[in-house]
Amino acid sequence: MKALMILWRRELALAWSGGGGPLLACGFFLCLTVLLPLAAGGDPAGLKPVAGGVAWLALAVASILSLERLFERDLDDGALDLITLGSVPLELVVIAKAKAQWLAVGWPLALTAPVAAITLGLEPSMAPLAALSALIGGLGFALTGALGAALALGSKRGGLLIAVVVLPLFIPPVVFGAGALERAANGLSPLPALAFLSAYVLFAAVVAPFAGAAAIRNAQG
Amino acid sequence: MISVSGLTISRGERVLFRDLSFTVGAGEVLALTGGNGAGKTSLLRTLAGFIRPDAGGVAFDGAETEEARGSRLHWLGHLDGLKPARRAREELDFQCRWLGADTGAIAAAVLRLGLEPLLDLEVRKLSAGQRRRLALARLIAAPRPLWLLDEPLSPLDARWRAEVGVLLQAHVAGGGAVIAAVHDPLPVASRTLDLSGAAS
Repeated sequence: MKALMILWRRELALAWSGGGGPLLACGFFLCLTVLLPLAAGGDPAGLKPVAGGVAWLALAVASILSLERLFERDLDDGALDLITLGSVPLELVVIAKAKAQWLAVGWPLALTAPVAAITLGLEPSMAPLAALSALIGGLGFALTGALGAALALGSKRGGLLIAVVVLPLFIPPVVFGAGALERAANGLSPLPALAFLSAYVLFAAVVAPFAGAAAIRNAQG
Repeated sequence: MISVSGLTISRGERVLFRDLSFTVGAGEVLALTGGNGAGKTSLLRTLAGFIRPDAGGVAFDGAETEEARGSRLHWLGHLDGLKPARRAREELDFQCRWLGADTGAIAAAVLRLGLEPLLDLEVRKLSAGQRRRLALARLIAAPRPLWLLDEPLSPLDARWRAEVGVLLQAHVAGGGAVIAAVHDPLPVASRTLDLSGAAS
């Protein structure tokens, strides 16, 4: 547990060093949500019926930005070899890195989500739900994103490969997250969609560590 | 300490070794020699468990590699695992604590390797030799019996090559073992395994 905390703290420090990676993701997220209404004709009302879905799509794309940092740099500079020699199983290392990714990138994006959702035409009263759903979904993005980053390890143009691997895996949280916002906008309870979103996170928490660790071992060889 | 039996390793279509067997006991230093591409690094990475051999196995006092590498071996490869944007102190602290060292042991390693003046510098500002000394500190701070070293001396100057010789000598005198891939002779008495032609 102590070793995991050591790794986790370092991951957070690395995420914030070198130009403030999380702020870059938030900036990208906001740029997308400003550009999309302009591309749709400049009338925010035109996007209102699909605002939840568009906000979640922008959130998913913004979440991909810093995934390459998760394992690729550690492989390139030898840190991954060192991490493998610790007493902590690689599966827990994957969880620790995903959790740090969630805290460093997922939380700032979740705090940005209400602004983005309102920019896209959602009612301000939906801001707390936008943040909460983005927070839950962000953990799912971090876990499946870690899996994608591990699968892309060692490949040429790994960043592009991560996007290709991860985007299909992001479809369920985008559907459930957008569903929660849509249900609330229509006066229905968002809880069923949030429950599905949470179930996705649990599923990712079970699959991503084992598959991610196997992919890392394969890349090290 | 470590026993290798019937090891066959290939990289792509090329077989590097066939049926390679050897043992290294406590108090021994084994120098792996051979030209570029002979497979020294691949053999070391196999011993560390990073590469799965085509055939044969590696045992650490009877334990499996996976179990042993979390507690019994140190790996120091070409890459030192240091993050350029972080301070030397932060990276040293992480590497040593991750491998189980405590504050006192880290301080002793800093003194032993003359790292004190470097600790507040960013890693990117260190020379290759200084980075190597920083990476070597974890071997001293978190004692493990088997050291797997890939060209450990290459970036070091004459003074620090001699110091590393003293460190290696102290490690084996204390019951440890060292397997090192080298191009130049190690500054400590060692057995040699020449990997040139090991595939035949």
